[in-house]
Amino acid sequence: MDKRHFDIVIVGAGPAGLAAAAAASSSHMSIAIIDGNSEAGGQIWRAEKGSRSSAASKLISRINERKVEFISGTQVFDAADSTLICERDGRRLEIGYNKLIISTGARELFLPFPGWTLDGIFGAGGLQALVKGGFDITNKRIIVAGSGPLLLAVADYLKSKGAKVVAIIEQARSGSIRKFARSLWHSPDKLTQAAALRARLLGIPYKTDSFIRSVREENGEKIVTVDNREYRCDLVACGFHLVPSLELPSLLGCEIKDGLVAVDERQRTTIDNIFCAGETTGIGGVDRSLIEGEIAGLAAIGRDEEARKLLPKRKAAHAFADSLNKTFELRDELKKLADDTTLLCRCEDVAIGAVKESTSWREAKLQTRCGMGPCQGRVCGAAARFIFDWELDTARPPIYSVRLENL
Amino acid sequence: MITFTVNGRSIQVAEGTTLAAALLNNGIVAFRNSVTNESRQPLCGMGICFECRVEIDGEPHQRSCLITVREGMNVITGG
Repeated sequence: MDKRHFDIVIVGAGPAGLAAAAAASSSHMSIAIIDGNSEAGGQIWRAEKGSRSSAASKLISRINERKVEFISGTQVFDAADSTLICERDGRRLEIGYNKLIISTGARELFLPFPGWTLDGIFGAGGLQALVKGGFDITNKRIIVAGSGPLLLAVADYLKSKGAKVVAIIEQARSGSIRKFARSLWHSPDKLTQAAALRARLLGIPYKTDSFIRSVREENGEKIVTVDNREYRCDLVACGFHLVPSLELPSLLGCEIKDGLVAVDERQRTTIDNIFCAGETTGIGGVDRSLIEGEIAGLAAIGRDEEARKLLPKRKAAHAFADSLNKTFELRDELKKLADDTTLLCRCEDVAIGAVKESTSWREAKLQTRCGMGPCQGRVCGAAARFIFDWELDTARPPIYSVRLENL
Repeated sequence: MITFTVNGRSIQVAEGTTLAAALLNNGIVAFRNSVTNESRQPLCGMGICFECRVEIDGEPHQRSCLITVREGMNVITGG
């Protein structure tokens, strides 16, 4: 077993974690940033064959120059006494810290619908990640569906890779999206981005107020039922906006409020010496994550004065995030997408019908093994929380499936 | 190009390709078989759903979306 110790440990090398590392690296403290992936950048800055966005490269080279240690391919699965217990290359690794910054980000919310376990049905960000990894989608007909601004970015990306995007199916109402678009006048950068995106997506139907009812297979094609209409395609990319990844802060005992880690203006959680930044404290995109990460990094090295100067920017980013989340709030009809035979838990193959009589997530788990498989409820837990309004349990170790000998 | 083996078949992919992408490009429908014997493919693409698990060099339950194809890797799917 290997042991390391750093003054500051950051978990998650996405925008928030990288910004935190860059800010904290102006001190002389020893800093490490841990990530489960082999490369820094998180989901939004996932590198594609070595190339990444300039914003990402700038931050990454800055932390490299300042000797922040990047510990890649490392999964945190437990924690005790200011020490993270991890698995790396199949071996146990313990990483001690004086201060911890959690920036574990978010993942897509997947909602079960009839046919969602068929081959060729991916998450929206999920398909984008696979294509970045080299999945060839040239000339594939793809339906992009679900909710959130990610759908547009994904459609744009898939199109640039030679796919034929058949339609973008968005559950949010057109009125709320129009209102949100108008509010972008207050942020010229975002407006320019949105206008450019819109121009690139010209000719692809953007259907609001709509959602996938079911997918079935016929002669090697996918038949996607959207409201009263059927579309034919090869692949489906479907995700319903994002949910924060709370396993680590929950395991460490940080207070979780309304499904988000509770933090103060300096990104401090309710646990001493533990900070949290980025989408774990609220879904809101890259700008929000960058500013929170910077504040957390400064606060962790005691530069509260400098951190305080960033509060107006933080406030603006939060306001934008609030209006974004309101715009793409999920409608109640989506709770009825699945029928009784539709699987909720894909690890243990537990159908909706088997859990719907349960009164809590815990009861559902104990009675049906729902959420007890390798993903440990990361997919079905978030879905169940939305569909049944259940509160999820506090995370228990190991928060990731690891080798028995490493426990 | 990198050469590796999937279910006994030799496959070539561009360097830097993730294993999940390589398997999709080669028409693998069943990355794994579920407990009720449904074939499954990756969902999240980022290591959280565990649907893309395959066996690599005798080691089961490896998430293919997180792994870059290495020369000579021996992969078994549909387990």
